[in-house]
Amino acid sequence: MSYVPSTPAERQEMLRAVGAEDFKALYRDVPQEVLLDRPLDLPEGMSELEMSRRMSEMAAKNRLFPTVLRGAGAYDHYIPAVVRSIPAKEEFLTAYTPYQAEMSQGVLQSIFEYQTMICELTGMDVSNASVYDGATAAAEAAAMCRDRRRRVTLISAAAHPDTLGTVRTYCYGTGDELRIVPMKDGKTDIEALRAMLTPEVASFYVQQPNFYGQLEDAEALGALVHEAGALYVMGCNPISLGILKTPRDCGADVAVGEGQPLGMPLGFGGPFLGFMATTTKNMRKLPGRIVGETVDSRGERAYVLSLQAREQHIRREKASSNICSNEALCALTAAVYLATVGPEGLAEAARQCMAKAHYLCRKLCGIEGVELVYTGEYFHEFVTTLPRRDEVLKALEDAGILGGLPMEEGVLWCATEKQSREELDRAVAIVKEVLAG
Amino acid sequence: MKLIFEKSVKGRHCDLLPKCDVDLVELPESLRRETAPALPELSEVDVARHYTELNHRVHGVNCGFYPLGSCTMKYNPRIDEDMASLPGFAGVHPLAPAYAVEGCREVLDTAARYLCELTGMQGMTFQPAAGAHGEFTGVLLIKQYHDKRGDVKRRKIIVPDSAHGTNPATAAMCGFEVVNIPSAPNGCVDLEALKAVLGEDTAGLMLTNPNTVGIFDENILEITRLVHEAGGLCYYDGANLNAIMGVVRPGDMGFDCVHMNLHKTFATPHGGGGPGACAVGCKDFLCEFLPASALMEGPGHIQVRSFAGNFLVVVRALSYLLSLGREGIPEAAQNAVLNANYLMRRIQGSFDLAFDRVCMHEFVLDLSRFKKETGVSALDVAKSLIDYGMHPPTMYFPLIVHEALMLEPTETESKETLDWAADIFRALYELGYTDPETMHEAPHHAQIGRPDEVRAARNPILRWQKPEGCHG
Repeated sequence: MSYVPSTPAERQEMLRAVGAEDFKALYRDVPQEVLLDRPLDLPEGMSELEMSRRMSEMAAKNRLFPTVLRGAGAYDHYIPAVVRSIPAKEEFLTAYTPYQAEMSQGVLQSIFEYQTMICELTGMDVSNASVYDGATAAAEAAAMCRDRRRRVTLISAAAHPDTLGTVRTYCYGTGDELRIVPMKDGKTDIEALRAMLTPEVASFYVQQPNFYGQLEDAEALGALVHEAGALYVMGCNPISLGILKTPRDCGADVAVGEGQPLGMPLGFGGPFLGFMATTTKNMRKLPGRIVGETVDSRGERAYVLSLQAREQHIRREKASSNICSNEALCALTAAVYLATVGPEGLAEAARQCMAKAHYLCRKLCGIEGVELVYTGEYFHEFVTTLPRRDEVLKALEDAGILGGLPMEEGVLWCATEKQSREELDRAVAIVKEVLAG
Repeated sequence: MKLIFEKSVKGRHCDLLPKCDVDLVELPESLRRETAPALPELSEVDVARHYTELNHRVHGVNCGFYPLGSCTMKYNPRIDEDMASLPGFAGVHPLAPAYAVEGCREVLDTAARYLCELTGMQGMTFQPAAGAHGEFTGVLLIKQYHDKRGDVKRRKIIVPDSAHGTNPATAAMCGFEVVNIPSAPNGCVDLEALKAVLGEDTAGLMLTNPNTVGIFDENILEITRLVHEAGGLCYYDGANLNAIMGVVRPGDMGFDCVHMNLHKTFATPHGGGGPGACAVGCKDFLCEFLPASALMEGPGHIQVRSFAGNFLVVVRALSYLLSLGREGIPEAAQNAVLNANYLMRRIQGSFDLAFDRVCMHEFVLDLSRFKKETGVSALDVAKSLIDYGMHPPTMYFPLIVHEALMLEPTETESKETLDWAADIFRALYELGYTDPETMHEAPHHAQIGRPDEVRAARNPILRWQKPEGCHG
């Protein structure tokens, strides 16, 4: 299969026109000794049908679970059909970054609308166009909070392990110190945080709800951080923000999060979407692309990439991040999702996530030997003990149910609006049956 | 056109979910949201029409010629989208048990094997989500390598002044001091300038070859040898790999690690600015430093994002690799180079070439003489192209050429498209001398006239605000 349209005769004609005898002549600057003198060790090209068979065979080797009770950073929500079809439109799909505003108003306006929606969700003033995912958003937030005096980053041990790993790596890059605030009963240890908020601390990151599903006392944490003169970064689940207090109302200076729940499939972990918003005060420290409103030469409203003086192509090594455009189509997906569900639909999805998780938890904990590990308020994830864990999870999988994530403390379960009561009852019955056997 | 918020009507909605079939649970008041977010309230037809209208105001590769230099805007095969949408890929939880994700592993392993073969590397990761993210990953390999050896004096990364801005920004994010070296008059590395900065403090060199002016650096073996002799490592920025894939390999040129933009070279769509995906490859001795997910693979590695990266983009790239196969890959590269040379020679005689010699997959026009003679700038020419339905080339890059326009036609354009484009360039060249005013004011038939970017930066309006006195 080749996507080159020109025919052999046309290629010859073009070679003649550029004064080259053959293709080899075009590579005359390449030293002879490094030219690859053998065919690539790859299979022969395939027709479209053969290739699609080959890829479908690989897809068939994966096992799909109609019921997913596992979250831990990737959430199985209902994706409305229109949210799948709009980002697949060929123009949205095949455009580049909107450098030429006169040809890209559709992309620019969709990002401007996305930015507004993220501000509305988080209560913050300014959103960027996206970063790679929730983990990198946390790392970029930590970087934007540092100044010459305050270089140390604090992060809660109850954050997602991949967020911890990513923030640690970004800190290793710049050579800045990361300190982990320990956990107590499944939540950030607030007394430990108090003691760790020394004058060199630039920011503290907490995830709400945290990796264990627990709802942190986010306002109290924020108040402590501000008392110490540091900045407060919150990592949020966007669905939960349909009903949960906004990061702004909790005192956050930067709100970030993983946008995948807003209409993106699980996709073995990507593409996902990092969202990132801050206050007007910190606007010019925000990394990444930002779209702004202006007027065109005819005085009409128009949109452009704005505040570019922050970015790498202007500042080069003085830029605070190397990030360019990244997940635009995912941001579009999130915007279409939010426009489709609306304020009431988002709140309803959040209420149902919470209701189903609490239902599942009640039923599971009614089984002998299954107990809630962390007993604080939670949204749609919780940890239980689970005797004969591997056996139970396998029995669930055999019945088409991906159970919770096995972890040191037991199992981290998740429920969303997508599961019916029957599905949850069925899962509970299997757990009961295995443990009774 | 109206913003989506301006189309909102209180009480409109889409019916998506059944009524909750279990008891609702109240959040404690201290955790409850006080006011609902002002998201638009719309019916499904409102949403569909709004985004269809926006989509009409987007120029994609499928709309027409897109010769945006350094961006490799080749055609994105539609079948690759279908492959990424297969439920067997799209529906897989990243933390499902190993036996349930064998197909995903096969995709990653196969793509890794093919890309290792293409680049002459031995290890590969797909965790980075974009090109700049891959640069960050690659330079962290270099940093870990020196750190592990206790070679702490190596604090400097060398970057040519023709490099993309992400190169120096990446080196800075990795804690290195950036040493910019001037390019030789032909746009290639100035060997004497390189020798002058190499030393015991050299951590590495970041280089793209072909370089940002579209020329293959014929001294490449000497360059990598010099860096290695000084104890540094060589990083290959794969931005321009499309010119040489299957023809010559970065590993054979002496590079130790490399990044590839799957959304450029391997035809996955750009999506209006992402999601892309990046593969970072390295030689054997750097494999131990590759990133991994703490949750999927356990601790002990660096990690640049969650899970395994933008997996569904890798599915598209592997579909493309399988389609092209062993002969199709060099064929694509060769035709990308042929198309660039053909377009360059067809334009020659009007606008000046920055470098009058054989080019790789892209070339740069230098409009400084034209501007001096007509007053018409590279920007004016770019904006004039929009009226013909052509996406403008990259403007004012690389920085070492003044009034630069950089064109990369890619291999998926036909001869008649290139002829058409060249004729337009030649016509605009003439127009500059006869009617420069028209060009200063271009575009004339676009979605908008030229936007006031200064106003946007001075008076930032970055979100829609509900008009005063409007409730609901």
